[in-house]
Amino acid sequence: MVIGELTQETDVLVIGAGPGGYVAAIRAADLGLDVTLIEERDKLGGVCLIEGCIPSKTLIHTVELMDHVKQADRFGISHENVSIDIDKLRAWTQSVVDDLTGGVKTLLEKRGVDIVKGRAVFTSDKSVHIEGAGNIDFKHCIIATGSRINTLPSEYDLPLWDSETALNLPSIPERLLVVGGGYIGLEMGTVYAGLGSKVTMVEFAERLLLGADPDLVKPVIRKCEQRFEKILTDSKVVKVEEHKGGGYDVTIEHHGKQTVETYDQVLVAIGRKPNTDNLGLENTGVEVSERGFITVNDQNRTTVDHIYAIGDVCRGPALAHKASREGKVVAEVIAKHPSAFDNRAVPAVVFTAPEIAWTGITEREAKDEGIEVNVARFPLTALGRAKTIGETDGFIKMISDPVTNIVLGVGIVGPHASELIAEGTLAIEMGATLEDIAGTIHPHPTISESIMEAAEVAAGDPVHILPRKKKK
Amino acid sequence: MFEFKLPDLGEGIAEGELLKWYVDEGGTIAEDADLMDVETDKAAVTIPSPVAGKVVKLNGKVGDILNVGDVVVVIDNGSGGAVASAPEPAKTEEAAPSAQPAAATQAAPAQPAAAPAAAQAPADRKPGRPVPAAPATRRVARELGLDINIVPGTGPGGRVTQEDVQAFAKGGAPSAADAAASDTSQAAAERVEFGETGGIPFYELETLPDFDAEGPVEREQIRSIRRKVAKKVVSSMILVPHVAHMDEADVTELEAFRAKERKRREGTPGGKLTLMPFVMRALASLLKKYPQFNASLDPHRNEIVYKKYYNIGFAADTPRGLMVPVVKDVDRKSILQVGSEISELAGQARDGSIEAGNLRHGTITITNVGPIGGTGLIPTINYPEVAILGMGRTQEKPVVRNGEIVIRKMLPLTLAFDHRVADGAQAAYMVTELVHLLSDPNQLLLEA
Repeated sequence: MVIGELTQETDVLVIGAGPGGYVAAIRAADLGLDVTLIEERDKLGGVCLIEGCIPSKTLIHTVELMDHVKQADRFGISHENVSIDIDKLRAWTQSVVDDLTGGVKTLLEKRGVDIVKGRAVFTSDKSVHIEGAGNIDFKHCIIATGSRINTLPSEYDLPLWDSETALNLPSIPERLLVVGGGYIGLEMGTVYAGLGSKVTMVEFAERLLLGADPDLVKPVIRKCEQRFEKILTDSKVVKVEEHKGGGYDVTIEHHGKQTVETYDQVLVAIGRKPNTDNLGLENTGVEVSERGFITVNDQNRTTVDHIYAIGDVCRGPALAHKASREGKVVAEVIAKHPSAFDNRAVPAVVFTAPEIAWTGITEREAKDEGIEVNVARFPLTALGRAKTIGETDGFIKMISDPVTNIVLGVGIVGPHASELIAEGTLAIEMGATLEDIAGTIHPHPTISESIMEAAEVAAGDPVHILPRKKKK
Repeated sequence: MFEFKLPDLGEGIAEGELLKWYVDEGGTIAEDADLMDVETDKAAVTIPSPVAGKVVKLNGKVGDILNVGDVVVVIDNGSGGAVASAPEPAKTEEAAPSAQPAAATQAAPAQPAAAPAAAQAPADRKPGRPVPAAPATRRVARELGLDINIVPGTGPGGRVTQEDVQAFAKGGAPSAADAAASDTSQAAAERVEFGETGGIPFYELETLPDFDAEGPVEREQIRSIRRKVAKKVVSSMILVPHVAHMDEADVTELEAFRAKERKRREGTPGGKLTLMPFVMRALASLLKKYPQFNASLDPHRNEIVYKKYYNIGFAADTPRGLMVPVVKDVDRKSILQVGSEISELAGQARDGSIEAGNLRHGTITITNVGPIGGTGLIPTINYPEVAILGMGRTQEKPVVRNGEIVIRKMLPLTLAFDHRVADGAQAAYMVTELVHLLSDPNQLLLEA
């Protein structure tokens, strides 16, 4: 491909350099394909790296660290007032992001992937137009344009925060209203509460984190109730108006009753929607659902054979690791490998305090779908390592098939849940049984032992708690 | 859009013949309403629609052979977007009764150490749930072009291993032969070519003469049951070195007893006492003593699988062809109960209502041509079983008893067996004992 030409050609055109697109580009290049990657932003890495997972986890770690220090009194650590320098924290977060996005760029360049900056719009099934960069004809295309933040109805045309703004730490509002009790709202609420804001959370549904089993969420709610000023479920924001002298007057309706409160800032975290409406897909045969998701098969092929869609623009959870896996699958499919997105479990992780993670089937799904399961729990109060770090609030839930003992799902709430869930996911992908986990030596003393213990509880022979009463 | 894939129709069934559509393209269908009739190896099943909606596309016409896992119907269920990868419909189990596989698999751990654990049958899998198999194993299946959902798993909890996938691909998998067979049905006039014939000396497929030149002929597609029979007997005759051991049982007293009891029990369940339940029950008791005749040879594992359950099939001539209904656990049932099950199953086989599960999991077969006629027969083993007992016609014959010629009712018996698994002496011992049991109803009472 020669720069400056009006129309360029490529084997594989990847649109979007998020964790789906850049991974697909790398794998495709390694499989010997000629790859062009288009990205509209200045930096590579997408929402995840620039204004999502990475900066938010950096902030959460900081806040947690501060929280640990504040609580360390009981271990005998005494300290003066702990304070935080927001400018320094912002700079640190930025340096983490820059480091990683720079790394992605190097990885792509070293593999000979052509990176084109701009916004791609399909002009046909075989070509895209990029403003300022001409047209690119492709043999295969991977749509990895991700999703963007949902906003409140346009009547609230006010400079409210979304998670992207909030991650830039523009200020620490004294009273912050977080609209939305999903994982983004919970994580950002935790960050700002940790940084000193008085946080109120309002959620439309009857409970927080609707996707997770309620028992897993409970310990987090207990903690949030201490950290937040208020949690309002079954409630909705009906009006937001500017308050004279700064801030907003927010009308919240709960069971038909309206109340008005004043907040210094409002953070809106009410989900995301796929970026499929501004791509020129109408000029292609690619089918898009009413809700904006691109129709794909189990190889992530769209209704046009040589166009693929991965990540947030297609079915399934909007999670970076799911997009990355799909990116690899699609690159392999294009290289004619017998690959398919046949994963049995996409782990979900929420970086609250304590962390929540689950993988495979949830207890609720099993119930809704009438699948008979064996559910066993192992409480962290019975785990040595949890005691040593003073974090015993939480448990492991093992969900297995009552006949074959094959592991179907794992749920975790507690310290390092985000790390531990990988073992559960591997178990499910491998078709492992309870015995496989229980018979694997887990290092002592670690939190990871809790997975083994939970498998033992499920199998009926736990060591560190008393066995359940035998059936029959 | 909802893509409905032909669901698992029962253990090991990889395909079925489309008998009937209950809907037309463009028509609407309610959830759970009848969608299609499919005839599998031996039974017809009605498959309900898992969703409600408008039928966008029917993939196949009556007479086509459909493979399990193929998208057979596309239904617009209003979900609009993503083509849902069809979850198995809730009713699959009903449509394809898995009958007794539990007996087969649960018996496995109790088998002697030498015997392998029986492969977990795909029918045991819960619909809508992915088959337990590691990612690398699933990739191997895709490389081999195999649907991993139909591969039986030998691992813990029925997990499918790479070895299972490879064995299935080499073994009885729906391989080239099946593909060729289904091709014939799709294009009636198309000629199927066969490759090398396996390097067997003197063996070559002879070119058929031009039958039409000699006079009018009629051609009929080889389908469903006929095809299944053809496949079974070819496997049996090519793979199994058959030996036939023959004898005659003096059933004079048994027949007298049977006639008396039959009169007395007229109209009661099992009252239509035929000879079959007596022979079946006697055979079941002998199989415990001669386990090699209640076994299967597993060439992939180089093992003989001794079954600890005694399910005896019987050949039934039905309007749709030969079927072998199976009476389960004959050793644990009375002769009357066995008799009543035989007549019930035979009736279901004839009217086509028999469930697939009642045509499977046999461990040995009896074929009785007696009612039609014949002084004897050499039956073909019902692969992968090891033996088959043939019964000829009971006839009054002059026989010598204590130096005198007397007239006795004689039942000709032939035990055909797999010489890889059993030897002639064992067959002779078992058949001799069978003859004794059938000759003396009192012995049958005591020993069977």
